[in-house]
Amino acid sequence: MEFDKPVLAYAELWPMLVVFGVAVAGVLVEAFLAREHRFRAQVALTLLGLVVALGGSIYVASELDTLRGGDSDEVVARGTITAGGTLVVDGPTVALWIMTLVFAIGGLLLFAERRLEGGLSAFAGQAAALPGTEAEREASTKGLDHTEVYPLAMFAVGGMLLFPAANDLLTMFVALEVLSLPLYLLCGLARRRRLLSQEAALKYFMLGAFSSGFFLYGVALIYGFAGTMNLAGINEAVRNDSSNQALLLIGMGMLAVGLLFKVGAVPFQSWTPDVYQGAPTAVTGFMAACTKVAAFGALLRLFYVAFGADRWSWQPMLWIVAILTMVVGAIVACTQTDVKRLLAYSSIAHTGFLLTGVLGVQAATSLGENEITSLQAVLFYLATYGPATIGAFAIVTVVRDAGGEATSFEKWTGLGKRAPLVAGVFGFFLLSMAGIPLTGGFMGKWAVFTVALSAGAWPVVLVAILSSIISVFFYVRLILLLFFRGEMPEEKEMAAADAEDAGGGVATATRTELATVTTPSLATTGVIAVTAALTLLLGVMPGPVLDLLADAGQFIR
Amino acid sequence: MTEYIVLSAILFTIGAVGVLTRRNALVVFMCVELMLNACNLALVTFAKQHGNLDGQIAAFFVMVVAAAEVVVGLAIIMTIFRTRRSASVDDASLLKY
Repeated sequence: MEFDKPVLAYAELWPMLVVFGVAVAGVLVEAFLAREHRFRAQVALTLLGLVVALGGSIYVASELDTLRGGDSDEVVARGTITAGGTLVVDGPTVALWIMTLVFAIGGLLLFAERRLEGGLSAFAGQAAALPGTEAEREASTKGLDHTEVYPLAMFAVGGMLLFPAANDLLTMFVALEVLSLPLYLLCGLARRRRLLSQEAALKYFMLGAFSSGFFLYGVALIYGFAGTMNLAGINEAVRNDSSNQALLLIGMGMLAVGLLFKVGAVPFQSWTPDVYQGAPTAVTGFMAACTKVAAFGALLRLFYVAFGADRWSWQPMLWIVAILTMVVGAIVACTQTDVKRLLAYSSIAHTGFLLTGVLGVQAATSLGENEITSLQAVLFYLATYGPATIGAFAIVTVVRDAGGEATSFEKWTGLGKRAPLVAGVFGFFLLSMAGIPLTGGFMGKWAVFTVALSAGAWPVVLVAILSSIISVFFYVRLILLLFFRGEMPEEKEMAAADAEDAGGGVATATRTELATVTTPSLATTGVIAVTAALTLLLGVMPGPVLDLLADAGQFIR
Repeated sequence: MTEYIVLSAILFTIGAVGVLTRRNALVVFMCVELMLNACNLALVTFAKQHGNLDGQIAAFFVMVVAAAEVVVGLAIIMTIFRTRRSASVDDASLLKY
């Protein structure tokens, strides 16, 4: 058997290699630098790496080769296939890289927040120390900090960059694991409420490993069907080979299980609320935005490039999954009483809307003037979803009471009166997620609904519009709680009773302590300001971003 | 060839059913590993059938990934066992609804 040495296109791949390089360098910093310098060194190194990779991705995007083809010699795609056909750097890949990196910078700035806990980060001082023991208190008073979270996050980001660039099922599987394994650990490292955090890590890990088992069996079956792992080769086999349809269908379904689990689609959504609630909020924001971008990138590539010819087999399945995801996400969100869980169910509903976009028209040639392909619509939706999500979770980190972050609704009651600005910005993010005009969310929804409609998926769009209306209900309910619900009469009585008790020298602690906003450092403030600005900009003038995404073109097939 | 594929499907199913029914986190985790090994068997069988090396190479990658997963998984299970003195997945139920 012959072995061809694969050639790596370093000119296109270097942004991803920078991220992996910084992750490895971060491990070395942990090993060799004195403890007191690690935090600054890690933060500086990580952010520098991400910014360089972001600049590099933008540069790579502007320099991509154009591929011509077809009868009229039109530009069909931009980019290049490299590393022996296992990686592809094309327009959509680079667009996903840029989004992932922007959101990762936002997420990691939240990691670096130390003012909220009085000089300590939101991560466990010593994860090995048992909760509530002397060792834990000692770690806390010594000001210990797990700076390992930065290299871990960088490995996750590296996996997220690799995932949508994978042109090969094996590379896709490895990327899936590289992005997931660090996230499992990050989820379990909260400084406060450690039992919840560890439980979240356990649940995420168990279900994640289970679903990647399914993904891998899907890889094996598709390999058995096509005789190759390469996506283009699979496409060839799907077009020409009608034997072994069973292998193809079962394999496709199993691959879908793995990917739909990662994006949190119903019926594989059960981990989402628990993990979003239990994980440290900075990690939740990072993972909610970045994982979704990467996983949708891979999902789109797999279904459009490898199984594009067999659309009639997978579209009915995605129709049902999209409808279920939107309905379950929106309805269950209405019953939530915890802000982080509410955002988790809202993210499930968003997955449904994104899947609606996946069902749209794929070929640019079958579109009229000023219409967009479903690839662009999904990418645009991701661009609007990310900032609102990171911003919302950033605000969750600053709304606190004596016990750390306060996430239950009752503690958020009347926050608009105590901190109008923060509550106002949070309300703006919620309105964007609900899809109210003049916010990014509205443009994103409009984009995915139109592409799905033009492909004739009107039942799904109908359900999508209905569940948007349901979701407006729970977002607005929370906004009303923030602004228009003052102290209830019985609360006033209780307050009066409290005052009497205090006068009588007996203090009662029956009344819920309301949460207030703690002033964060510049990092969190900056993240909130920038994400709010992005959400507004994408809503008011989406044109430039849509044009850029149109320039990104299609996947290389 | 078919026998090996059938065997791998049986192993995979045993693993999947084990994950869903067993309560001890370690046993659940072993069942996940069984699923991955079933995948390996399928991969090498298909590699033999198609006469190329892709599947065999994939099996090596899967072993490495499974090893990494063991490290992360055991770390998480260990931590939760030390805090709760129990490795039962049913006991970890603070987060719900």
